[in-house]
Amino acid sequence: MSGRPRVGVITFPGSLDDRDAVRAVASMGGSGVRIWHRDRDLDGVDAVILPGGFSYGDYLRTGAIARFAPVMEEVRRFADRGGPVLGICNGFQILCEAGLLPGALIRNRQLRFVCRFVHVRVETSRSPITTGLVPGEVLPVPVKHGEGQFVAADEDLERVEQEGLVVLRYCGPDGTVDDRHNVNGSLGAIAGVRNEAGNVVGLMPHPEHAVDPDVGPTGGQPMLASFLSYALARV
Amino acid sequence: MEQPLHRALGLTDDELEAIRARLGREPNHNELAMYSVMWSEHCSYKSSKIHLGTLPTEGSRVIVGPGQDAGAVDVGDGLAVVFKMESHSHPSAIEPYQGAATGVGGIVRDVLAMGARPIALLDPLMFGPLSEERNRWLFCGVVAGIGGYGNCIGVPTVGGEVRFAPPHSTNPVVNVMCVGIAPADRLVTSAREVHAGSLLVLIGAATGRDGIGGVSVLASRTLEEDAGESRPSVQIGDPFAEKLLIEACLELVERGLLEGLQDLGGAGITCAVSESASRARLGAELRLDAVPLREPGLEPFEILTSESQERMLAIARPERLADVLAVCERWGLQASVIGTLVPGSSLSVVLGGETVASVPARSLADEGPVYDRPMSPPGFEEIRAEDPTFETVAVAPRDAFLAVLGSPNVASKRWVWEQYDHLVQGGTVVGPGGDAAVVRIEGTMKALALATDGKGRFGHLDPYLGAAHAVAEAARNVAVVGATPIAITNCLNFGNPERPEVMWQFAESVRGMADACRALGTPVTGGNVSFYNESGDSAIWPTPVIGMLGLIEDYRLLVRPGFVEPGLEIYLLGETHPELGGSEFAEVVLGRVAGRPPALDLEREAALHRVLVEAAREDLLAASHDCSDGGLAVALAECAIAGDTGFAVSLPGDVPWYVSLFAESASRAVVAVPSDRASSLEALALRHGVPWSRLGETGGPRMVFDALFEVTVDEARGVYEETIPGLIGE
Repeated sequence: MSGRPRVGVITFPGSLDDRDAVRAVASMGGSGVRIWHRDRDLDGVDAVILPGGFSYGDYLRTGAIARFAPVMEEVRRFADRGGPVLGICNGFQILCEAGLLPGALIRNRQLRFVCRFVHVRVETSRSPITTGLVPGEVLPVPVKHGEGQFVAADEDLERVEQEGLVVLRYCGPDGTVDDRHNVNGSLGAIAGVRNEAGNVVGLMPHPEHAVDPDVGPTGGQPMLASFLSYALARV
Repeated sequence: MEQPLHRALGLTDDELEAIRARLGREPNHNELAMYSVMWSEHCSYKSSKIHLGTLPTEGSRVIVGPGQDAGAVDVGDGLAVVFKMESHSHPSAIEPYQGAATGVGGIVRDVLAMGARPIALLDPLMFGPLSEERNRWLFCGVVAGIGGYGNCIGVPTVGGEVRFAPPHSTNPVVNVMCVGIAPADRLVTSAREVHAGSLLVLIGAATGRDGIGGVSVLASRTLEEDAGESRPSVQIGDPFAEKLLIEACLELVERGLLEGLQDLGGAGITCAVSESASRARLGAELRLDAVPLREPGLEPFEILTSESQERMLAIARPERLADVLAVCERWGLQASVIGTLVPGSSLSVVLGGETVASVPARSLADEGPVYDRPMSPPGFEEIRAEDPTFETVAVAPRDAFLAVLGSPNVASKRWVWEQYDHLVQGGTVVGPGGDAAVVRIEGTMKALALATDGKGRFGHLDPYLGAAHAVAEAARNVAVVGATPIAITNCLNFGNPERPEVMWQFAESVRGMADACRALGTPVTGGNVSFYNESGDSAIWPTPVIGMLGLIEDYRLLVRPGFVEPGLEIYLLGETHPELGGSEFAEVVLGRVAGRPPALDLEREAALHRVLVEAAREDLLAASHDCSDGGLAVALAECAIAGDTGFAVSLPGDVPWYVSLFAESASRAVVAVPSDRASSLEALALRHGVPWSRLGETGGPRMVFDALFEVTVDEARGVYEETIPGLIGE
């Protein structure tokens, strides 16, 4: 096995950051494999990314149609076998709709789309994008979404918090979690969560848009590096 | 008494006569509808054509000039940049969200029709004061519409501008520019050979009753009191379908399956088919039965003129049809053969076996009326007499500074551009909020610098200078980041051309634009004219908006505006003169828009650009910023806010403080250099004959303006950032 994990990036109709995810994976030493929403196999990839965008126009509800795409059955099987799955923005919304991650994403508190560089604080090392990172570490990454407010029923939220499923929270540059830095009003300022098994993770920020120092902050680098080494470790 | 059909459709009696002469008979009502949209001001440029012909359009980089869907320039490495600007002001005035959204969709399809991938959008917007509730509704709706559509199609919105002025209360200006990129040898231009027997394939959305006569009813008339009743003429956008259309069309072009590609925008199928046939010097047979409809029972004229969004017309050889349809199917798009190109020149339209229209294609697309409308200058005596330059100024300098910095025109537009995805596609090196946006060209070290500028106040005082300043400022905006200005597109926003004063303003603006483009080496590759921006007796200020394309050879050498460290030497390149006419200071502090705009020496402007570009290339500059709206004081403050570092400056020249701080003299830039590069910068400026003055140094938490006053960077940032959210009640 080479040291170059193959990462499948799924294109749904309306996916927008799919090419960007492929490029980011390549820049971090992985190999991006494009997968079509109608495909019924994952081409033997080592990890899967559900990219950002507006799959199926986000009509009905974000992610609500994409979860029924033919490829999602395979993604579910892959996840059940412990394969690493990363949902970014719309991908996070799809994973929540598919029941692979807890909670849901609703319209931002301010009822407007927001595109901004923010800071997130690492809450656990036990996720495919934070292995090797230390809880408390602060990473600069951009968000761009209209529906990124994380919500969950009381009992679900309690479980998410108690079982350490929170991966990232919005925070200030110094790691302070407060209302001012909660960019979309998410419960507990939650920016990303994982499943109980620890192999499926979703986040609203875009690590794939924070890997190139020529363009801006690089908080996405350690996350994607972690994701690639997590994928390799399984192989 | 009911008016005759042709007048209801917006055609004059003379135009009806001309149609009769072309056909040698009375047109039927379908034909009349086709002529009414194609001969509308919006599609035919009948009032502007003779003036636009005077613009410089040639240049070594120009691949496609005016007259096609979008202009194209050569940026080396076998790549072409395609760009175009358009207006969607009239629909936005009636239904701001959909009006602005469909404007984005339309300009993206213009670029797509050239076979280019859209890589950036910019939105120049003008509204009435936000103190009025209706203006807030328009402003919030337009911004939401741009975001709602643009964010959903995966094209970053990287810039533009937002301005506020009373004449826009009833007439907001909503312009949108799209930039795309393609291998130069794959551009879909009218130079491509198109053959008789090729099929017309309509791709995308079904055709409905939306936007019937949008170009003739909305875009080519003034908005009257009952404008709300025109709402059915506003189209409804579906950005998801547009995204699929982008990917499908690019795949068709990349695989070489097409002879031609045309967007369906204004005037719908009529425009796309007649232009395609006319360019190929062929006729066409159009079968309306084959057009997928959203509902049954559409009249032929409705199918012919509907402006339903998210449709493209592809021209393909019959043997390629199966491949074309397969690509569309893969992207989940409907595709139907709706006609055939045929020898001859006639465009015949068939429905249910019956010919419902038959006209020469050229007569629709290329033989519309051309008017040399009467012109006369408006009276300037009153405006000129009230020149604010020699006014007694009673206000304290610090108060004046905060008033100008916090004026909605100057203040941060973060509230706007944070609603736009400016990161998608991963190429945005500099996003909105600076002088120019910078977008990388994938696979090279090059980047495009993009800026839009309109100078409504200057145009009001002197339309020639207003237009020339807009070109100069747009070019300066790309030069300050280190890019060479290479070409422009434009959107010319004016009142009713049937009024001699408006026509004179238009002609003067075109003259100013032409002179400036010639002097600065930026040919005009296309554009759009938006007339009839008036209602009642209130017309907008003559506002040509310039979309500038700049090229940086190595994007790592670009320069940003922020003062990011202490100890940098601050210079003003250029000179400040006592010219307060049309300045932000005169409007905000003295309460008047009067006098003359600043003088403009185009040679000196070009020299400044050479200094800026060369200084960037030699890595002399730590910061660089255009000095225009709000004058030197605002330019310095923006540098300090952007880099979170203060400064102390002394003010150059023997002029009153308010001139020094707030005059908007042309051809100036603020730069900061490390002290060991200062002498190189001075030598460079000297070599190009650009005057300079050393103002002071960066450092500390405060902005110290000579002995006049000081303000902390934090306080200034508060004023600068909170103005717009405050005005809309957040």
